[in-house]
Amino acid sequence: MSAPDATQPEPGPATREGGRFVFRAQVFTADDLRRAHTRIAHEIVERNHGADGLVLVGLYTRGAAVAERLAAIIEGFEGVTVPVGALDVAFYRDDIGLRPVQPLGPTEVPVDVTGRTVVLVDDVLFTGRTVRAALDALTELGRPRAVQVAVLVDRGHRELPIRADFVGKNLPTKRAEDIRVRLAEVDGEEDTIEVWGPADGGGTGER
Amino acid sequence: MRHLLSVDDLGRDGLEELLDLGESFLEVTRRDIPKVPALRGKTVVSLFYEDSTRTRLSFETAAKRLSADTMAFSVSGSSVAKGESLRDTVQTIEAMGVDAIVVRHRSAGVPHRVTTWVDAAVVNAGDGRHEHPTQALLDALTLRRHRGTGLDGARIAIIGDIRHSRVARSTTKAFAALGADVTLVAPPTMLPEAEAGWPATIGGDLDDLLPTLDVVYLLRIQHERQDAALLPSLREYTMRYGLTRERAARLKPDTLIMHPGPMNRGVEIAAEVAEGPASVITEQVANGVAVRMAVLYQLLGSGATVA
Repeated sequence: MSAPDATQPEPGPATREGGRFVFRAQVFTADDLRRAHTRIAHEIVERNHGADGLVLVGLYTRGAAVAERLAAIIEGFEGVTVPVGALDVAFYRDDIGLRPVQPLGPTEVPVDVTGRTVVLVDDVLFTGRTVRAALDALTELGRPRAVQVAVLVDRGHRELPIRADFVGKNLPTKRAEDIRVRLAEVDGEEDTIEVWGPADGGGTGER
Repeated sequence: MRHLLSVDDLGRDGLEELLDLGESFLEVTRRDIPKVPALRGKTVVSLFYEDSTRTRLSFETAAKRLSADTMAFSVSGSSVAKGESLRDTVQTIEAMGVDAIVVRHRSAGVPHRVTTWVDAAVVNAGDGRHEHPTQALLDALTLRRHRGTGLDGARIAIIGDIRHSRVARSTTKAFAALGADVTLVAPPTMLPEAEAGWPATIGGDLDDLLPTLDVVYLLRIQHERQDAALLPSLREYTMRYGLTRERAARLKPDTLIMHPGPMNRGVEIAAEVAEGPASVITEQVANGVAVRMAVLYQLLGSGATVA
């Protein structure tokens, strides 16, 4: 396919077709993200009539960071310390053997999930396959009373009957596009969420 | 990585990658349900032409914890006893649809030969005096967990029948590749004949080395070596090369003591030392399951390449 364009500023990672991703648009600034976290935290507590009996379980890598942020916000306005866990779903994925699947971090859930309401937290909801794997991984840790899903971005293109309960932003995308999430504690950069697309995709917003 | 035959197949990056994966699986093995569905539908067969308890059990446990199906093939009671050739045996097994074959054989090079006959991934579980790469991986994981990432600068003595030991060969290579400074200590009849393939200092005085060491790695002294005139007597071996209580007392307080098992208590290691706080021998066994999960996952599951 097309060779990377040397004049393109900061070419992104290679696309599946062998081209390069280029920046299209910023959908969340750091301030937008802060507000979205605050709103999601409130919605979680509102939906569950309080924060007792909740566990926030983040999916590696950035979901784990988002879960920590949500717990800190809930503690701030509700005065309840919600347990936070992190889940690595690599060994539960259904695409093992089809692409390189490597674990991203240690699974650590500090409390027994049995009888509690677990909120799975991730940055982007796309095909739903990560959440599917997370449900399997969670099952082995216990029997939650209920499982809910919170994400910063729902970009569509679901391949499984899975939906998010709490969404920062619904963002219709093309399949070939890439949502780049950058969080300070994971990436060492200012918080941002951007849409990148293939350089030869002919879309709008290209520099 | 298509097969794992030798530590040489890995290099430092490949080793580190497998050890990282091993750490992830160690976490899995500590869960209430120490099992993940990663290799569902895959079949792993162990083909052992030599006696083994721990290696065989360790591989089978590793495969089961990855949800692979396992088959065990032992020479006694099989058609090998009726004179079937290795090649026919291997091809028969593969025709049953296996994804990985774990091979142990008394002759060096057999696992490599097997790779030329089958499409399945082949793992060397010990071939003659050649290599035992998963032992090296579990030793490296054990040390890394005690010392933090990398073994850079660690001073390690490997003591025992180095010349006839596949464990010594693989483990020396892995420790050296990860940056450790390895010294091989043994009676002259048990030191390697040549330096080639041994990235280590060959020969040294154990009593001089003791206070400088970060790790003492003891090999099993096989009783049959006494008959082969390599050793005057086990008693003399213990006096000169055994990790006795007196010698152990001269080690630094944080020196780790390792042994691949099975141990001859009272010969290469005193019973009290093997059970003392510096001994990480039982951890080695636990880590063995985790690194073998990493190897099987890397070969059959991840689709990633090490080499």
